[in-house]
Amino acid sequence: MMSKIVRTITNILYSSILIFGFYIIMHGHLTPGGGFQGGAVVASGIALVLIAYGYDTAKDWIKKSNLSILESIGGLAFIGVAFLGIGTTFFYNFLANSGTLFGNPTVIGINPGDLNTAGVLPLMSWAVGLKVLAGLGSIILLMAYGIKKGDEK
Amino acid sequence: MKKYVALAALLVVSGFFLLSAIEMHSFGSPAEEDMDRYFIENAQEETSTNNVVTSIVFDYRGFDTLGEATVLFTAVVGVSLLFRRLRK
Amino acid sequence: MIGNLPFVACAVLIILGLYTLIFKRNLIKIVIGLNLVQCGVNLFLITLGYKSDSIAPIYTMAGKEEMVLPTPQALTLTSIVIGLATTALILSFAILIYKHYKTADASKVRRLRG
Repeated sequence: MMSKIVRTITNILYSSILIFGFYIIMHGHLTPGGGFQGGAVVASGIALVLIAYGYDTAKDWIKKSNLSILESIGGLAFIGVAFLGIGTTFFYNFLANSGTLFGNPTVIGINPGDLNTAGVLPLMSWAVGLKVLAGLGSIILLMAYGIKKGDEK
Repeated sequence: MKKYVALAALLVVSGFFLLSAIEMHSFGSPAEEDMDRYFIENAQEETSTNNVVTSIVFDYRGFDTLGEATVLFTAVVGVSLLFRRLRK
Repeated sequence: MIGNLPFVACAVLIILGLYTLIFKRNLIKIVIGLNLVQCGVNLFLITLGYKSDSIAPIYTMAGKEEMVLPTPQALTLTSIVIGLATTALILSFAILIYKHYKTADASKVRRLRG
């Protein structure tokens, strides 16, 4: 556990980091970013909590089993979205230009951007983002656990 | 002795690296760009995405991303298996 | 005019990583050397796709239509995540070796019993 300054700043910054990461995941098809980058940002928030509060508090804050479930959900959703387009091919973008969810046609050329475009890409982005944030978060938690068990002996 | 052999090997490899870096095609004019020009021109129409990199990662080369997700999953499983024996 | 200086910088990064891999014995330093090699390769991939007077391949509020090659960037994204996964696994091995042998020196870890 670190000093009170670090803990206070962590309390202020933690939600902002999470929201920024989810923003990067959500806008992956319009601005620089995507599932991996946003997931890494959220995982860095988890690492900040872990460093500021120590393993024992962070373990109660962020449950490792929830992260495992989240990662499995992300992986299954990625493969499931890929299988939904199997009418044409695996990984077919069946929602693009369809007029339904994320189905608005894009203006060709330079445009200000519309969130409701790109077909299945935002869904895949969310799936991969959940998978990456859960995977990296559980890796960080597990390594902190291993270091802590080494200190006790 | 072993250290000098390693140093000589490193010097030879570095020479090859630096020579090939200098003799490469000039910076700022890529050699083959037909595929990338196709992606830049058609990505907006085919995947209705503004970000061409995302359209390649998740659409044109989705299998790459699938393999990458598998590698990440395998790493998580490996790390949790390594630290499992510590949990009494 | 900078010529081929970016390629030379990537080569220097890879050479420094190889030097660390060959001559250092500390496990953490070996991991750092591996990451240096990986950073050099990633930077080289990005540098290969650069086209002069171009922007990032994103159409949202773009300035012009001249764009750099997008495929090396997508492949570098894959490469970065795979490198991250392998680094996590290697560091876990380093933690376990340190706990088991009470040393981070690779040359003192001779007997690799389970």
